[in-house]
Amino acid sequence: MLNEEVVKNIIDSADEDERDVLTRREFVWLGGAAVGAIYLGAIGYPVYEYLSTPAQRSAEAAAVTQTTLDNAANLPKSSAMMFKFGARPAMLIHHEDGSWSAFNAVCTHLGCTVKYEPEQSRIFCACHGGTYDPRTGANVAGPPPKPLTKFNVEVKDASVIISRA
Amino acid sequence: MQASLSQEPKKRLAAVYDWADERLGLTGIIDLARHKTVPDHKYSFWYYWGGISLFFFIVQVFSGILLLVYYRAGADAYESVRQITYDIKFGWLVRSAHSWSANLMVLAVFVHLFSVLFMKAYRKPREFGWWSGLILLGLTMVFGFSGYLLPMDDLAYFATKVGLEIPASIPLVGDLITNIVRGGQDVSEVTIQRFFALHVVILPLMYIPFLGFHLFLVQKHGNALPPSEEAKPMSERRFIRFFPDFFAKDMGMWLIALNILAILASLYPWQLGKQADPLASAPEGIHPEWYFMSQFQILKVFGRWFPGAAGEALGMLLFTAALVVLVLIPFLDPGSKSGRRARTVTYIGLGLLLGLIFTTIWGYWEV
Repeated sequence: MLNEEVVKNIIDSADEDERDVLTRREFVWLGGAAVGAIYLGAIGYPVYEYLSTPAQRSAEAAAVTQTTLDNAANLPKSSAMMFKFGARPAMLIHHEDGSWSAFNAVCTHLGCTVKYEPEQSRIFCACHGGTYDPRTGANVAGPPPKPLTKFNVEVKDASVIISRA
Repeated sequence: MQASLSQEPKKRLAAVYDWADERLGLTGIIDLARHKTVPDHKYSFWYYWGGISLFFFIVQVFSGILLLVYYRAGADAYESVRQITYDIKFGWLVRSAHSWSANLMVLAVFVHLFSVLFMKAYRKPREFGWWSGLILLGLTMVFGFSGYLLPMDDLAYFATKVGLEIPASIPLVGDLITNIVRGGQDVSEVTIQRFFALHVVILPLMYIPFLGFHLFLVQKHGNALPPSEEAKPMSERRFIRFFPDFFAKDMGMWLIALNILAILASLYPWQLGKQADPLASAPEGIHPEWYFMSQFQILKVFGRWFPGAAGEALGMLLFTAALVVLVLIPFLDPGSKSGRRARTVTYIGLGLLLGLIFTTIWGYWEV
């Protein structure tokens, strides 16, 4: 009897004196919410990792700084070849005077893949008519807001080594 | 000033609720949930198994959609499952959860079936609940069978080959039907493609309406009472509120089911065998999933006792008879007012259950 009264007094005083103390109801709710959050996390984290694996892989692939194109030195003059730099398409151009250029081939306007047109001496995007300079990558006409990213080109025997500028 | 600030959002919320209530009748639904009661008695435990089956079905839908993100049916099937299992992060866990949950769902469905049978919950007015339940059981087993082939490893390949011999042994039309289902005379990537369509499109399209009907009937008629409870006068029966009491218990069961699934799926990850090779001979001890073991063993034993086509035909006859008996169960219980005296159904149920367990154990014994 005495014990019960003491406990009741303590609870009462806790309720009345210290408003910061959790009530039993709040404690249960908080505990429930915490356990629920743990379950959500334990299910959500694997699902997130599972679904994002390809995105992570592609981000890793995009992190490359250099790629070697075997036998690309045989590319005829006034022509271009497409290759993959990291995860995205890129373009290697062999100019008429024998010099080389390489660019990221993704249009800076809305992401279409661009095309080299030697007879017009331009890089052209068919989606909205964006035009770039084939030697510098500068955006010269149409909607593109930025130039194409230019890569370094090094010819070594039959191979061409492309690297980030 | 402060009071009006805190009052304002509450008022707005109430206005939004009233607006929606007027159009959707929310108050009626809430009232229904508030006043609905569920009988509480010493057999209550057995009344959670339908809900547990439903939980595993939801897990199947969820994990199945996740697998669909990477799975490729057809010739590439094995390679895509290999990638899911060994390459994609947590892919092994998603696949393992799907396989384990499938097995646990079949188990829960069987427990549910026999609970309903022994508690006589199929009696008037619940006959349609019983029949829709039998259809759901059949669809569940076809789900299991069609899903088992999809990884196209050697076990899946041979289990499907053997399993398709059962419909093939139907007299007259068996071969024709089986060849159409299989897409040729042997299991191949054509079979995977159509089993895939069956597994992820046709079966869900059939399953979900029957499930909806089944659940609607449970709501319409309420939980059944076992005969021993029905015999008690109203004053001696106990009830608990559906919400929150029964709901909380139901969710508690789901939580237990989730934990068991998590332990099994993570500690005993589902394995992937070698790629199926149509020219390789069957590995030793090839056998179907446990829920087909009984039928497998019966066919095997009958084949031993009655050589030739007679064994298979007798086996099929037995399966058909068992199915007919199951369908007719509500009519075999004529004293529907006092199901207590309907001993026939209890004996049939015991016979079926013991027969299933015995032939299953026998089958594993011989493997």
